[in-house]
Amino acid sequence: QEPQASGLPEYIKIVEVGPRDGLQNEKVIVPTDIKIELINQLSKTGLSAIEVTSFVSSKWVPQMADHKEVMRGIERHPGVQYPVLTPNLQGFQSAIAAGATEVSVFGAASETFSKMNINCSIEESIEKFEEVTKSARNMNIPVRGYVSCALGCPYEGNIVPEKVAEVSKRLYSMGCYEISLGDTIGVGTPGSMKKMLEAVMKEIPLSALAVHCHDTYGQALANILTAIQV
Amino acid sequence: ASGAYPKRVKVVEVGPRDGLQNEKNVVPTPVKINLINMLSETGLPVIEATSFVSPKWVPQMADHTEVMQGINKLPGISYPVLTPNLKGFQAAVAAGAKEVSIFGAASELFTKKNINCSIEESLERFDEVMRAAREASIPVRGYVSCVLGCPYEGKISAAKVAEVSKKMYSMGCYEISLGDTIGVGTPGSMKEMLAVVMKEVPVGALAVHCHDTYGQALANILVALQMGVSVVDASVAGLGGCPYAQGASGNVATEDLVYMLNGLGIHTGVDLQKLMDTGTFICNALNRRTNSKVSQASCRL
Repeated sequence: QEPQASGLPEYIKIVEVGPRDGLQNEKVIVPTDIKIELINQLSKTGLSAIEVTSFVSSKWVPQMADHKEVMRGIERHPGVQYPVLTPNLQGFQSAIAAGATEVSVFGAASETFSKMNINCSIEESIEKFEEVTKSARNMNIPVRGYVSCALGCPYEGNIVPEKVAEVSKRLYSMGCYEISLGDTIGVGTPGSMKKMLEAVMKEIPLSALAVHCHDTYGQALANILTAIQV
Repeated sequence: ASGAYPKRVKVVEVGPRDGLQNEKNVVPTPVKINLINMLSETGLPVIEATSFVSPKWVPQMADHTEVMQGINKLPGISYPVLTPNLKGFQAAVAAGAKEVSIFGAASELFTKKNINCSIEESLERFDEVMRAAREASIPVRGYVSCVLGCPYEGKISAAKVAEVSKKMYSMGCYEISLGDTIGVGTPGSMKEMLAVVMKEVPVGALAVHCHDTYGQALANILVALQMGVSVVDASVAGLGGCPYAQGASGNVATEDLVYMLNGLGIHTGVDLQKLMDTGTFICNALNRRTNSKVSQASCRL
C-alpha cells in the first residue's frame, strides 16, 4: 500500500458484500441457486474477497437460512476469500463444518444499537466474539471484525470517534486481522470520516482498516475518497 | 491533495434553468415562478432563473420573459439568465436581468452539434454579448462544457479546457463554471484538469458544475474544493436528466451537496430543510421522484 505521487494507494482491496449484506436487506427471499450463481459470477470478476453468507439463526435472518447449501454449493476460485458471518461459537462451528475458511464478527460503537440488533451490550458481544476468535485461532481461521455505527447511530445519533477506536481496538486485540468501519446509516460526511479515522488510527495500524460506507445520503464515494486520502 | 477546505462555498442553484431544461414535461410558468421564489427563501445566493434562447430550440424556456418579470427578486440574491447571443441578451435586459451567462465548450464536435458552429465562431458571438454587457455594467458568467469528457469526442485535453476558459475569462467573464457535462469525470481527471486550468485562470474565478451520471459528482466536487475551488453549481432535487444517456441522472442534487458541506463545517448560508421542501414541491409538480439521496433518506425516517 505504498502511496503514489498523488498520495493515493496504488492498490485497493475491494471486499464484495453483496451476497450477504446486500441480499440480507432485500425484501424478496432469493432462491439458493440464484445466490450461488451470483457468487460464482462475482468470483469471475477479479474480486479477491466475497462475503458469502451468514451463519445466524434463520429465525432472525430468513434470507440467510440456506447458509449451508450456499457455502457448499459455490465454486471456490483460488486466490479468492469467501468469509462468512458468525455471530457466536455455534455459528462458527456450523460455518467450519460447511467448509468456511474465513469468518467475520460484528460489533458496534453504540450500546443501543448493539442491544437492538443482537440483544446484548457491547461488552457481552465482545465476550461472545472472543469465543469465536479463540476457536478460530486454534484452527488457523482468519477473523474479520466489523464495527457498526462508526459515524452515527439510528438510535443514539452522534457517536464519538473515541468509542469507535475503543471497540475497534478490542476486536483487533482479540485477533481480528482487519477491522471494517461501517457508516451503517450513511450519515457520515468527509469531515466526520476523517475525524473518526484519525482517532481509530491511534489504536490500529492503517493497513488493518477498511471502510464500509452506506450511500443513504449520497455521501459514500466522497467519504471513501477521504478514507483513501488519509 | 488533502489540504484545507475553503471556509465558505458559494452554491449556484441551476435547477430552474439547467434542471428544468432537461425535464420532459413542460412546466407551467406559475410553477417555475413558485420554484424560484421558494429557492429564494433558502439562503441560496445565486439562482439561475431562465434562458433567453429561441423557444424553437428550447420550448421549456419559452416563458423566459414572464418568469423573469414574475419572480420576487430578493436583495442580495443574483438571478442570472442564459443569453446565447446579442438578441437574447437584449431581451434579457429588457425583462429586467441584472446578470447573464454564456455557454462555451472545450469540444469542437460538441459545439457544432449543440449550436452549429465552431468554438472560435461561438466566442465571436459571445464577444458581442460581452461588449454590450460591459456597456450596461452587467456581469457575465462563462460556462465551459465537456471539461472532463465529451459525448462525441470522448477524451478532452486539459489544455483545451484551459485555452477556452482563458479566452472567456479574458473576454470579461467574472467567473468560469467548468462543466463535467456527461459526468464521466473522476477525482483523478478533475484534479488534473483543474491543475492545468488554474495556471490560466485564478482559482477564485473558477466554479465546478458536476453531473452525477456515473455517481462521481460529490467525490469530484470534494477534490475541486481541496484544490481551492469555492463555487459549486447544483440543482435542487437533482433535476435534469442527462440528455445523452437514457435514464441516467444529471445534475448533482443541491441537497446532497449542502449535506456534505455542512458535515465539513463549510458555510453556505443555505437552510437544508427549506431546500428539501422546495425539492419536494417541484418533484410533486413534475410528478417525479427526487434524485436527491438526502431527500430520499429523510422521507423514510
